Amino acid sequence: MRTTNRSRRWRLPAVVAAVALAISACGPADGPDATGDGAGEVVMVSSQLVPTAEQELMNNEILADFAGSVEFVGLDAGPFNDQIRAQEESGEGEISVIGGLDGEFSSFAADDLLTDLSDVAEDLADLGINETYLEFGKLGTDQQLYIPWMQATYVMAARTEALAYLPDGADINDLTWEQLTEWGANIEAETGERRLGFPAGEDGLLHRFFQGYAYPAFTGGVNTTFTSPEAVEMWNWLADTWQYVNPQSTTYGFMQEPLQSGEVWVAWDHTARLIQALENQPDDIVAFPVPSGPEGKAYMPVVAGLAIPKSAPNVEGAKDLIRYLLSAETQATTLGAVSFFPVIESELPDVGPGLQAEIDAVEAQLNADDALPAYLPVGLGEQGGAYSQVFRDVFQAVVMDGGDAAEALAAQLPNLQAVFEASGAPCWPPDPESDGPCQAQ
Amino acid sequence: MTTRLGWAPYALLLPSALFLAVFFATPMVQAFGLALQQPDGSIGFASVQRMLGDASFSGALLTTLALVVLVIPVQFVLAMSMALVINARLKGQGMWLYVYALPLGISELAAGIVWVSIFTQSGWLNSILMGLGVTDRPITWQSAETPFLLIACIVIAEAWRATSIIMIILVAGLQSIPREFMEAADVYGATNWQKIRRVVLPMLRPSLQVALILRTILAFQVFATVIALAGRGLYVLAGEAQRWATDIDNDNVAAAYAGLILLMSLISTVLFLVLLPTREEHQA
Repeated sequence: MRTTNRSRRWRLPAVVAAVALAISACGPADGPDATGDGAGEVVMVSSQLVPTAEQELMNNEILADFAGSVEFVGLDAGPFNDQIRAQEESGEGEISVIGGLDGEFSSFAADDLLTDLSDVAEDLADLGINETYLEFGKLGTDQQLYIPWMQATYVMAARTEALAYLPDGADINDLTWEQLTEWGANIEAETGERRLGFPAGEDGLLHRFFQGYAYPAFTGGVNTTFTSPEAVEMWNWLADTWQYVNPQSTTYGFMQEPLQSGEVWVAWDHTARLIQALENQPDDIVAFPVPSGPEGKAYMPVVAGLAIPKSAPNVEGAKDLIRYLLSAETQATTLGAVSFFPVIESELPDVGPGLQAEIDAVEAQLNADDALPAYLPVGLGEQGGAYSQVFRDVFQAVVMDGGDAAEALAAQLPNLQAVFEASGAPCWPPDPESDGPCQAQ
Repeated sequence: MTTRLGWAPYALLLPSALFLAVFFATPMVQAFGLALQQPDGSIGFASVQRMLGDASFSGALLTTLALVVLVIPVQFVLAMSMALVINARLKGQGMWLYVYALPLGISELAAGIVWVSIFTQSGWLNSILMGLGVTDRPITWQSAETPFLLIACIVIAEAWRATSIIMIILVAGLQSIPREFMEAADVYGATNWQKIRRVVLPMLRPSLQVALILRTILAFQVFATVIALAGRGLYVLAGEAQRWATDIDNDNVAAAYAGLILLMSLISTVLFLVLLPTREEHQA
């Protein structure tokens, strides 16, 4: 192929341009900002505050006054676990702070992935961090493996128009689960609509309802009473109640929306997922503690904590961030922004009526005579999702598909046990402690 | 001809082939490999068996197939009429094109959420129906207890969202039909319906084939619309793949689901190529 003079003229500039492009593409990789003011850049990965709205509030309000820059990354359970373990395996990474749940930390600690934070705990001693949670943070060792960060729980909320249909003699602050069913039945009989609501949707936390509320309240345990006659009774109760539950519940991830639009009149959900309803319509929506079952008023305290992985690139910045998040101002901002409660002893700030209603409901739950705390799963690691799936599958089989409860439970028992065998996790309260992997029954 | 060009055509094709090999073929082989492993590292069909034995597998497979079978004919009829409208060059034709192409600019999930605001119990559809007096109580369209209604909602949402892609392909095909054929049909006194049946459709075969294959492959991957409208009320294959990957943290079963979707897409592509052969004389 002959080249003309004209085409030859363009060859040299073309080659020079190509080489220049190639060189610029191979520039030095960006390292961590070691010259930042104060704490520098801290990357925080968290399994809490994952919904987009909550991440926005974290970035725009809660982290706003931190001296230094924080990249806050919220991750679902699977990727959360994968990212942290991948960083540890490679020995170097970007994550400096981990925000997670007690159960997640215990499986990281079992593989020795967390730094001792006793010095940070000492620094924060005069803030009055909740002693019980601080003890949890040691995960059975003498090292402070995580610092408690914030807490939440699940409560109930109702529209005021529903209050007229309460069963006779029922006190909304002291209901039983059977009375809730009766309440739903009254509403359906009088208005023709199914107005109870549960977050049974894609992002909904319905599995925590089974693990922290329904199972302990009816059976006194969770894993060791999985197939017990009381459990069968509980599933039958739920199947019976579901005829008064809005069938669109399988699309609800956050109950605050259907509560505000009136599709649901009585709902159970996480405090952070009810707060907008309580704040936007404080005169029309009330919060109240969950009902009690035969074994007590079971509730699930959610304690989130902060830890520093051993491979963290910016340990000083990470400790600064932890100190910042535990400070009184930030704890108050966290409460106001995302409705996660402080873990330090402090005067709760003046809050709006919505948040105050939630605080009252939470305290009523905590201080009830028959209060029965049921903790989040501990030590399941990457089996956490599979564990919750077992409960969802029973729900699908019994409540949605109308199957026999005893059969469904028996069918899922091997899957439940497989989770414990794979993770080696021992039983946690309210189940009695076990030596070795929990034996589900 | 080819002897004169020698190896040059193959050299020019080499970059694209390399790109496809590195970024498509290799991950595809790795994905199939993932599906044939288990989390403990052993090789075998256990992950595939786990997928087949999962309680929600048959529901997911049936729902996906039902959606594909329902959505595609609806979309083709719609797209054909839309394409004919555009091609007829009516007054304001430019506006029609914009209106029809509008859904193309929205992501699948955003479209799903828009339709949730229509179908939800306190949403637009119920407000309109109650305002018109058609019903005095809101209807629950998105209930898992009435799966047919739920599937109908998804079909409508998908038809709104994805018909434009087919329409654009068909418009391009229509515009490549020479005017002489249509004028000849007029001379012979053909009615509009005869023109469409005897002239337009046969000449549109290549475009129809392309559009069908494309849309069917995408239809097997239906995901975000189902999540938005049905939540946990309906299972589809892509949703199950996501659930196994992120919630249950088992990448092998997720890869098995993805492999199944790929297989079904391949089979349907081959079917369309066989059933809709494009003959030389139909190409303008």
